[in-house]
Amino acid sequence: MTTHTFETKHIQSGYDNKTILNDVNLSIPSNQISIIIGANGCGKSTLLKTMARLIKPTGGDVLLDGKSIHKMAPKQLAKVLGLLPQSPIVPEGITVADLVGRGRFPHQSVMKGWTKKDYEAVAEALEMMNITEFADRHIDELSGGQRQRVWIAMALAQQTDILFLDEPTTFLDITYQVEILDLLTDLNRKYGTTIVMVLHDINLSARYADYIFAVQKGQLVAEGKPSDIITSTLVKDIFGLDCAVINDPISATPLVVPKGRYHVKS
Amino acid sequence: MKNIPEKGNKQRLLPKHLAKVVALLLILLIVSIGMSLAFGSRTISLEGLIDGLFHPSVESHEASVVRQRIARTIFGLICGAALGVSGALMQSVTRNPIADPSILGVNTGASLFVVCGIAFLSIHSPSEYIWLAIVGAMLTAVFVFGIGSMGASGATPLKLVLAGAATTAILSSLVTAILIPRTNVMDQFRFWQVGSVGSANWDSVHIFIPFFMAGIVIAILVAPALNALALGDEVATGLGVRTGVIRMLAAFAGVLLCGAATALAGPIGFIGLLATHLIRLVVGPDVRFLIPLAAVSGAIILLISDVCGRFLGSPGELEVGILTAFIGAPILILITMKAKMRTI
Amino acid sequence: MMNETMNKIIKARKKRRNRYVGITIILAIITIVLCCTMMILGNTIYPVADVIDVLLGETIPGASFAINEIRLPRTVAGLFAGFAFGAGGYIFQTMLRNPLANPNVIGITTGSSAAAVFCIIVLHTSSTVVSLAAVVGGLVTVAIIYGLSKGTSFSIGRLILIGIGIQAMLNAFISYLMLIGKTNDLPNALRWLSGSLNGAELEMTYPLIIAVVIVTPVLIYFAKQLEMLELGEQAATSLGVNTNKTRVILMISAVLIIALATATTGPIAFIAFLAGPIAQRVVGVGFSNILPAGLIGVILVLGGDLIGQFAFETRYPVGVITGIIGAPYLIYLLIRINRKGDI
Repeated sequence: MTTHTFETKHIQSGYDNKTILNDVNLSIPSNQISIIIGANGCGKSTLLKTMARLIKPTGGDVLLDGKSIHKMAPKQLAKVLGLLPQSPIVPEGITVADLVGRGRFPHQSVMKGWTKKDYEAVAEALEMMNITEFADRHIDELSGGQRQRVWIAMALAQQTDILFLDEPTTFLDITYQVEILDLLTDLNRKYGTTIVMVLHDINLSARYADYIFAVQKGQLVAEGKPSDIITSTLVKDIFGLDCAVINDPISATPLVVPKGRYHVKS
Repeated sequence: MKNIPEKGNKQRLLPKHLAKVVALLLILLIVSIGMSLAFGSRTISLEGLIDGLFHPSVESHEASVVRQRIARTIFGLICGAALGVSGALMQSVTRNPIADPSILGVNTGASLFVVCGIAFLSIHSPSEYIWLAIVGAMLTAVFVFGIGSMGASGATPLKLVLAGAATTAILSSLVTAILIPRTNVMDQFRFWQVGSVGSANWDSVHIFIPFFMAGIVIAILVAPALNALALGDEVATGLGVRTGVIRMLAAFAGVLLCGAATALAGPIGFIGLLATHLIRLVVGPDVRFLIPLAAVSGAIILLISDVCGRFLGSPGELEVGILTAFIGAPILILITMKAKMRTI
Repeated sequence: MMNETMNKIIKARKKRRNRYVGITIILAIITIVLCCTMMILGNTIYPVADVIDVLLGETIPGASFAINEIRLPRTVAGLFAGFAFGAGGYIFQTMLRNPLANPNVIGITTGSSAAAVFCIIVLHTSSTVVSLAAVVGGLVTVAIIYGLSKGTSFSIGRLILIGIGIQAMLNAFISYLMLIGKTNDLPNALRWLSGSLNGAELEMTYPLIIAVVIVTPVLIYFAKQLEMLELGEQAATSLGVNTNKTRVILMISAVLIIALATATTGPIAFIAFLAGPIAQRVVGVGFSNILPAGLIGVILVLGGDLIGQFAFETRYPVGVITGIIGAPYLIYLLIRINRKGDI
């Protein structure tokens, strides 16, 4: 199990001259699952993309083991840090095994063909995501849940110690959401992979996260273990929602129960 | 997130500055008409201009030059107005900011039909070319719209532009293929293609008027419903609009106007794009005001471009379509640069 | 279990590799056959032995002139221009993830043509300068389109739309130049506006040959990066591809060969558009199809030229033939892409 430090120092970031993140300092706990939560448009996705070097911060820096990620060679960085974008593009007619194989890019040199290690990595990723049977199928033939497993397999084949995921469960049925999160937890338990993701569902976040970062209006407002920080006050602050926080009967993690204007027991 | 125009017509019945904008446009229109009558290979004095227009008894040389330019000016006026309205209609129907005859490949469609008519049907008179050109223009527009609006997201600007560009490429190679072995057809065709506003006469005006009136009347009638359509098909249906019928009517009028204009004046692109966007910028998205004002500004743009072409091309003339492309294409680029990625 | 999976993957990859190699060889053979046909056929048909003798330097009255001065330049021009259009078009289509986004559609060839016509009509420069201007014109057009569409985040849709806008302006500019041009400059300028192998001269093809020989290895070297770009900007970045650098190098290389090909033969319709999708179809995806696409470009150009020369009573330039062959395919592709709804 490799341990890394990963921190942001005073980062400022955004799109088209619009600053979204302001002075965010955080340190990602190594070998754990961290989840970034926040309301729509609060900057959580921007934060993830800035940490994964998809957006260059306008101020501050992102440090991996004390070195700026923007000063590292792209391929070297890609061996340590992987990212699954929210909507990656499927090249037409490509098979599952091919797509997963593209995750090997940072480990291959241009002139050399595939090595045994490459094949092993791909086979392992396919098995871990339970998609071996689809290996020769075209991506277009798969369901949304299966497709998402293929993309995660590609990120696995990259064999990085740190993996970022941008809303990996969006557009999936609840069954597949749980399945994906279980598989990611497998990954974390088996290889000690540091996982950082943005998730919409606060209850699933509270259940699956070892550590939570709460973002509001481009700033980090709370961080810590779910059981320590998820309170009705925090939910009110970041989502503007009145709620009760109870104990999840299954996982014993915090469970947010929303309060609307109706259907409240007197 | 939702596609709601910034100003609903409930909050404000009349757009801000409407009176000022109308006044300004009318002044510009009169100035551009005057310029179109006065400037050319021979520049006419104000006196000659007034003589030519209002004193039929005066027989000076200047006055007769002015009278000769009247038909051309009127033709330019109608043509510009038709293209302006056509742009406004097509943009509303497709909810697409860049729908414009030049982008729909309408010109090449008209060319192909005219060439076929000359080559295979031995058609020789200009009044027959015009029908062919209109049919060709219409079929092409329908074809490009059809292909461009397939798929879930409807006619996005990108799909429409690509469908138009591809269709243009196809049609122009067909035109070349037909022309190469037939030199006599090539000569006749050139005569039609060089048409432009310059060779317009009273005949062109007479042929144009019925199409123009039909198009404009439909446009004005469907304008309120188009406002509802701007909110999306589902919302429009909820508001009691028969979306299918309205869309058909508006598209028909739009294609009729640009088809007739192209048939008679040759390829003139980007006027609809330019006119509609300028007007939308100052009076907002209400289609009821957009249509008449786009007509006026379309006419102004065409007349002024035509006058500029007379100077730039001298001793000959620069076709007005070349100028409008030069002014209009940057607008396309600007729209694209400002647009949000997803809406492309 | 693990070994089983591995074998499955290895087998699938081998199968495709063999297919790739096999089809590339077949394409190369077709190319050679077409080149020979180009040399043999003409107003007079010369036997292969004569052709070889002439090429080896022997003088055969009649045959020497026809082969050395007409057929050889025609074949060489078609060969290298076809490869350049095919490979260059494939690079653009793959990079922009859209088969419709080829150099003809987004205005790059128009940029070359506009620069060349300007040199011919206004500056009256030598043909070397005209070729050079075409390359610069193509590159400047790409730079402008790319610069305007880049902003903080690159969007392909934006790039295509801006390209079409720029193209409209360039076409207007060309029309203006043709209007003010002197009559005796016009035939020379017209060569830049439609594709044909007529009047090809051997000396004119040298810059193109040199460029193709230099650029092709560069393209093949960057093929892997190109594959990663297909997954989208974000995925490619996270796999360690320097997306901006890769795109710039690939674009410059592709524009260089396309502009020089245009300088040699004029823009031959649809080659840059057709070659890539046909290559994907016959070879399949998963490998980078730069070489097959280039060969298919050659086959289309030479085949189209043979049809244009000999199939009809009138001789048609190759551009017209490829235009008409390409048209139905383009419509089909448009419909299919739009149905899928992911432009």
